[in-house]
Amino acid sequence: MSGVPLIEFRDVWKTYGRGEAEVHALAGVDLAIEAGDFVAIMGPSGSGKSTAMNIIGCLDTPTSGRFSFQGVDAGRLDRASRATLRNLYIGFVFQGYNLLARTTAAENVELPLVYRGVGGSERRRRALEALELVGLTGREDHTPAELSGGQQQRVAIARAIVTRPMLLVADEPTGNLDSARSHEIMELLSGLNRDTGLTVAMVTHEADIAGYARRTLRFVDGHVEDDGLAEEAA
Amino acid sequence: MLYETIKLALGSVRRNALRSVLTLLGIVIGVAAVIAMITIGSGTTEKVKSDISKLGSNLLVVRAGRPPQPGSPQSQVTRELGARDVEALALHLEGTRAVSAASQKQVRVVYGTESLSVGVTGTDTSYFDARDWKVVSGRAFSESEVRSGTGVCLVGETVRQQFFGAGDPDGATIRVGKMSCRVVGLLEPKGFSGFGQDQDNVVLVPLAAFQRRIAGNRDIDTIYVAADDATPTSVLQERMEDILRDVRRISPDREDDFSVRDMTQVADAMASATSVMTGMLGAVAAVSLLVGGIGIMNIMLVSVTERTREIGIRLAIGAHERHILVQFLVEATVLSLFGGLIGIALGLSLAGLASLTLSIPFSPSLSVIALAVGFSALIGMVFGFFPALRGARLDPIVALRHE
Repeated sequence: MSGVPLIEFRDVWKTYGRGEAEVHALAGVDLAIEAGDFVAIMGPSGSGKSTAMNIIGCLDTPTSGRFSFQGVDAGRLDRASRATLRNLYIGFVFQGYNLLARTTAAENVELPLVYRGVGGSERRRRALEALELVGLTGREDHTPAELSGGQQQRVAIARAIVTRPMLLVADEPTGNLDSARSHEIMELLSGLNRDTGLTVAMVTHEADIAGYARRTLRFVDGHVEDDGLAEEAA
Repeated sequence: MLYETIKLALGSVRRNALRSVLTLLGIVIGVAAVIAMITIGSGTTEKVKSDISKLGSNLLVVRAGRPPQPGSPQSQVTRELGARDVEALALHLEGTRAVSAASQKQVRVVYGTESLSVGVTGTDTSYFDARDWKVVSGRAFSESEVRSGTGVCLVGETVRQQFFGAGDPDGATIRVGKMSCRVVGLLEPKGFSGFGQDQDNVVLVPLAAFQRRIAGNRDIDTIYVAADDATPTSVLQERMEDILRDVRRISPDREDDFSVRDMTQVADAMASATSVMTGMLGAVAAVSLLVGGIGIMNIMLVSVTERTREIGIRLAIGAHERHILVQFLVEATVLSLFGGLIGIALGLSLAGLASLTLSIPFSPSLSVIALAVGFSALIGMVFGFFPALRGARLDPIVALRHE
């Protein structure tokens, strides 16, 4: 894809603490993610991959350098604008599912639409559509406690895609799942990437999970070490 | 959007039912106190007013002695009222409906083997009109009975019940002190006065008979003057004072040796005393509401901390600060509104109970209830604002990491 990349880091630094206690979580990162790409982000803990993910997801801002989202200097946006950006363009999937307890699957999926001001019946319709897409038709009225881990993560994915975002940020989406369930979730994510053109940025520390991605970014000590295209994977 | 938020808040209150109720105690007690006091207060005021009007409408009361002055509340009686005063008023006072003389004494009344201490009043034929007191069976005194002091009497409801049960007292002979008299009529029941006095524990006898055979003097304790509908009591009061000063030959440099009291003013004074008390209790209730508000703030801070992760999720998936702010504000408001409603129910029950035991009318005021609802909602909003803002300002990254 030519033109402006969806995500672009140019000499991005993220520094915590001051003086003696100064720590550089990101030390001059340059990277770009094109729209429609599927990128795995790997690296040991403390390598800066989580910090990079937070910035990509517009939850955090760099200390210096330029972070642009669709060419917009999103690193300089205030809290409210970043909230709007997240609401309109970004879906989140977390390791711990992070569904609201005592709330049905459909209601969980509806939540981002509530914050967009979508009306009740339209919301319900789109939530059921998203649940169908992740293969959970018939479970819409179950609460998270009544669903298995894999099913909960599917609800979380439905919630992330119900707004039809451009970018899905997934933070170790298979970290709490067994191997069979993990592969089902990854099939689902790569299917969404392939069929709907959804850009996926995923943190993982498992090589076989990263294998589903088209590209792998390897973080070490606040730098991107390897920006190679992954070998042909499923 | 608001509907979802309210549903969410209700769910949260329901899940922490015990905690919510304990938190709300301050608000409940405060609102209950306000509602109970105002309802009882206005019931008392009504009761006092109706009691005073039971004394007779547009009634002025003359007694011997200077009116009580500030500093010396005891009225000094230098000269009693007498027949001349009554005659002068009856003759010269314009704008009256009735002028009546009465004297009273607590006397033991006996019928068969039963006896009862009764307030016996000696009076004349105008008494019934002056005091708006009806005879429900039998008849009132006749002019000749009053003049000659015949041994006849009318009894009140309490006296009838004591001596005759549900029976008809007409024609029976009772002993009033040393005097024996025949019952000719039964008075309409009046119930208890605002001062807790049984107004039906009464026997009426002709004034001349009272003076001769019970009191043993010719004094008159009280002159009742009822104004006609066209004459304001204040105007009548001045005329009465002029006539009485004249007939009692009080020189212009001397003060009155009698007092004229306008019962309408007495009613107003008592009503305003009640409202002062209501106001003071209102201040106590306000302190209770403040404490309740702080309780709400405390529990909302706990709620925000407990749900940090939930706030993180909401912020990550696109909630704005104001969404979180509104969510917790609504929760605080719903919570304190609950407290207000419980308080209103409790306060009304207390007032209802009080109106039964004190036999005062139960008069709940819709405007006070509406005010209590509004005020408790306001407390929720004011004291819920700081915790809600704290939740809304959370950093989503930190909040998501929260266990």
